[in-house]
Amino acid sequence: MKIWIDRINIFLKYKDLLYQLVTRDIKLKYRRSILGYLWSVLNPLFVMIIMTIVFSTMFSRNIENFPVYLFTGKMLFDFLSVSTTQAMTSVTGNASLLKKTYVPKYIFTLSKVTSCMVDLVFSFGALLIVMLVTRAHIYWTFWLFPIVVVQIYIFCCGLGFFLAEFNVFFRDVQYIYHAVITAWMYLTPIFYPVESLPDTVQFFVKGLNPVYYYVAQFRDLVYYGRIPGWRVFWGGWIIAFVMLAFGLWTFKKKQDEFILYI
Amino acid sequence: MEEYAIEVDNLTIRFNLASEKVDNLKEYVIKLMKKELIFQEFLALQDVSLKVKRGEAWALIGVNGSGKSTLLKAISGIIKPYKGTIKVNGEIAPLIELGAGFDQNLTARENIYLNGTVLGNSKKFMDEHFNEIVDFAELWDFLDTPIKNFSSGMSARLGFSIATMVRPDILIVDEILAVGDFLFQKKCMERMEKLMGSGTTLLFVSHNVETVKKICDHALWLDKGRVKMSGDVESVCNAYADYKK
Repeated sequence: MKIWIDRINIFLKYKDLLYQLVTRDIKLKYRRSILGYLWSVLNPLFVMIIMTIVFSTMFSRNIENFPVYLFTGKMLFDFLSVSTTQAMTSVTGNASLLKKTYVPKYIFTLSKVTSCMVDLVFSFGALLIVMLVTRAHIYWTFWLFPIVVVQIYIFCCGLGFFLAEFNVFFRDVQYIYHAVITAWMYLTPIFYPVESLPDTVQFFVKGLNPVYYYVAQFRDLVYYGRIPGWRVFWGGWIIAFVMLAFGLWTFKKKQDEFILYI
Repeated sequence: MEEYAIEVDNLTIRFNLASEKVDNLKEYVIKLMKKELIFQEFLALQDVSLKVKRGEAWALIGVNGSGKSTLLKAISGIIKPYKGTIKVNGEIAPLIELGAGFDQNLTARENIYLNGTVLGNSKKFMDEHFNEIVDFAELWDFLDTPIKNFSSGMSARLGFSIATMVRPDILIVDEILAVGDFLFQKKCMERMEKLMGSGTTLLFVSHNVETVKKICDHALWLDKGRVKMSGDVESVCNAYADYKK
């Protein structure tokens, strides 16, 4: 019990550092750009327009309001992909600092995922614009979106801890993960409906692809305007916490050795 | 209040030096299959014991590679012991490299907050001491300039100023005062003496025996990771000077 109180106290001691790191990431991202924070909205919007033009001829026949369908999936997947890729180098990238002063190492991983989450929340502005332009109905369930954001945030933290730890010992994980992410994206129903997959593949995607749980819930809330089914809802929470526990466990087990390899 | 500020008992630090540095999965698998994966053990410190009482000033001396910095890092909690124990009573301010936590793209103002929180301070604490830090570093004119445009002396000044603002119980200084001009070095010395006057314990690494004799009262001489001699600063420094000849 005491060790947990100590851990919480250490976290509280460094919570201001977490805040500083997150604001630094966001500030530096938009510093010296005329449009500033507006890029958080414009960037996904531009990509969105291109993807809609490309894919609407291919898949949109049986999808109503393709832009919103695509955007809801892409937003979450982009968050997963960017946040975990950045989390992966969070320990090795701060090597010079970690060698010179004692800081809890997980703070850096957590700050990367957190600053990406702030970006995700910014991009809700772009989603609203797309919805308004396409005259989509904004259901009251839209405002339940934090439920999904929190779940995928927890999931990405867990995955980020695992990748950060792995990358300390094996630097080529970055290249492997890049390939994994690409495969993962195609196996996630972002720009096609999950029903269009062959039955066996569909079974695996629905059962084993964690992002499916978050995308499905998110579309329920925003696109269909209904309360998510219990399977994806509880499944999403369970997967998030299992991933977090796994990530923290591997990170903690190896963190004292990091210093010898960075 | 505990009598000792730092208690190090039979500390051994081990590094795993792979005979060839393998840091990627591809090579690891290949070497594993060819059974070429050999690790060499390297003991950076062996059986080092050190007891520092509150308010004492200890110097660590020894040639390059004798384990001085490793000992400082172990005491600061950066490296975990392989064997032995380290007990530290009080807040540590490690000055192992000034401005280690600076982000080159941020301004001095932003870096003060970033670096201060890296050292474990709250934002509130930094707000309260902001003026004092800038005063000491004499950087009022450059507050909103990115650190990448600073000279090394300027960022060292800022780093020292932030780190010593904490009023630490234990101050760890690793050859950082080599940078900065004469005036600033003098100012740093004064501040260190002031901190020690108010009861701060000091661990000091320097190759300059004169400086060591001036500010420390005890010394530990390390050689190839082992303690060669420890005790009163005069006798240890003299023995070290004789040995060097």
